Amino acid sequence: MKAFTTLTGVAAPLPAANIDTDKIIPARFLKTIERTGLGKHLFANMRFNEDGSEKPDFVLNQPAYRKTEILIAFENFGCGSSREHAPWALLDFGIRCVIAPDFADIFNNNSFKNGILPVRLSREICEKLMEDAKMGGNARLTVDLERSVVVRPNGEEIPFEVDAFRRHCLLNGLDDIAQTMQHKPAIDSFEAQQRAAQPWLYA
Amino acid sequence: MSAGNPRTLFDKIWAHHVVETLPDGTALLYIDRHLVHEVTSPQAFEGLRVAHRPVRRPDATIAVVDHNIATDSSRRTGILDPESRLQVETLENNVVEFGVPYIPLLDARQGIVHVIGPELGLSLPGMTIVCGDSHTSTHGAMGALAFGIGTSEVEHVLATQTLLQKPAKNMRVSVEGKLPVGCTAKDIVLAIIGKIGTAGGTGHVIEFAGEAIRALDMAGRMTVCNMSIEAGARAGMVAPDQTTFDYVKGRTHAPQGEAFDRAVTWWSSLPSDPGAYFDKEVMLLAEDIVPMVTWGTSPEDVAPITATVPDPESAPDETRRAQLQRMMEYMGLTPGQKLTELKVDVVFIGSCTNSRIEDMRAAAAIAKGRHVAEGVRAMVVPGSGLVKMQAEDEGLDRVFLDAGFEWREAGCSMCLGMNPDRLTPGQRCASTSNRNFEGRQGPGGRTHLLSPAMAAAAAVAGHLTDVRDWQPVGSV
Repeated sequence: MKAFTTLTGVAAPLPAANIDTDKIIPARFLKTIERTGLGKHLFANMRFNEDGSEKPDFVLNQPAYRKTEILIAFENFGCGSSREHAPWALLDFGIRCVIAPDFADIFNNNSFKNGILPVRLSREICEKLMEDAKMGGNARLTVDLERSVVVRPNGEEIPFEVDAFRRHCLLNGLDDIAQTMQHKPAIDSFEAQQRAAQPWLYA
Repeated sequence: MSAGNPRTLFDKIWAHHVVETLPDGTALLYIDRHLVHEVTSPQAFEGLRVAHRPVRRPDATIAVVDHNIATDSSRRTGILDPESRLQVETLENNVVEFGVPYIPLLDARQGIVHVIGPELGLSLPGMTIVCGDSHTSTHGAMGALAFGIGTSEVEHVLATQTLLQKPAKNMRVSVEGKLPVGCTAKDIVLAIIGKIGTAGGTGHVIEFAGEAIRALDMAGRMTVCNMSIEAGARAGMVAPDQTTFDYVKGRTHAPQGEAFDRAVTWWSSLPSDPGAYFDKEVMLLAEDIVPMVTWGTSPEDVAPITATVPDPESAPDETRRAQLQRMMEYMGLTPGQKLTELKVDVVFIGSCTNSRIEDMRAAAAIAKGRHVAEGVRAMVVPGSGLVKMQAEDEGLDRVFLDAGFEWREAGCSMCLGMNPDRLTPGQRCASTSNRNFEGRQGPGGRTHLLSPAMAAAAAVAGHLTDVRDWQPVGSV
């Protein structure tokens, strides 16, 4: 996983609540066996017409937002399906941070596992950042995970909270599995006890 | 928490599965059952392969294909779509390479992963159960802690049989009293989501309780728990009781004989203690529930079938007004329109929400002796090969076929349209599935969620209709 320390980039406004994972990547694009290459299908139904041509009104099709690295949205971002294809598609497009008032649990988990930082800020602050994001090429925000602040274009710094363990993993690009493997003796002894107490789980 | 404090069902199952607690409170949680399907597993197996890691507990793992496969007779002659075929073949290669038990496409036990888990006794009370699919919450009906995970977590479970998790908060949704005639588990859960919203359960595990929940059979409890993710919850659960034990007894992978009795003793200790603390409590009266149908593009946008389409002008704020207008446009609705006036093009009876034998019977009871309306395509997709066989033993296939419904093979089908079963733009569908998101059943498709009996009635009427106006015309 690529580490996340500080990101300065264009932020795109998506002023809607309940942006579900079917919107982020529709099910018909889940047939891949790869993690990469999904950026071309990101927000497919909102971004493209049936004939594959671009919908010019959609924010990521506008010249100022083609290199978007940060999304600003409203409540319950990433609700719905558990598909990790949603963060994969965001990442493949180049988006490494989403800022919203709250996130659906599974999307939130999946993002951290892929080097994407979901930042939770109040509705009021998200509305301010939404205005910043509407400034096109000047819509540049800085997201500093080391200091846990978002820096607005006017220099104002907004602190955010992030789970300590996840912050540590993201800052260092750490693979969860290798860390968990260090607990192998504890897993072994848990299994031995469980097998004795509930043998039917080991049939 | 100390052992003496009253604990919830969730607290107890959680405590039984903590391998270790890390300094910041993150738990290493042991996973008893891992269900694997073709869509969210290829990248996980690839990760294992690259790191030279084996599957730690193949015996606790089971794989099946469900999302991608055709539900017509073409499945017997091979998968036509090359991408779907590659995904299924990839799973078939992975289960051989990693030694994971697998139910092949043409096996009678094949079906939707959330139908076959309980059906085969693979999902048991007190277990931790995960799958790379958000509707894993279904298995909480067994009195288990069951939740959906992403592909990175699938890989983590395959490699370590554990997950790194922070404990969720406890929420209890009680449905008290008796459910009126014509209402089902689907109406209960739609009413709950309408009340608490699609983020109402975020960060929480919901325990469904109360007289109306206790009175549900296991299929009904599965329908309710299935849609807890649509309320944003990490998981949904129902305390195990005699209904649960009777359901589990004798199933293929359930403990047998003396082991079953021992298991029941343990399972009986799991229900929430009197006085256990819930961070959030919600109560509904069953007698207030009526047959429900969604009109918008989020499961919270739901109303009684007797209602009319809302007016965006009455929205409390500008954001909601814009959202409602967008929904009206997408769904092809006008404010004030009666929901019963909405003509349907397609009816879909199936999905992990409503494809069990009880759902088939409920739909067949309405379909019997009637016929699908002119111009409506109605399909019935049983949740598993075993459900299909039982339905055929009971003659339900004949009821559906005589009434002009399609009777298909088991799979996820038109719930999410990954296989060829898809809506075309503008088509309106009465669907027993779980999500009415834009484009969920096919780009431009318009989904109305409802119960199996309501779906069957819509197929016959040709428009959304109140199932209470449709009495059975003969016994099934």
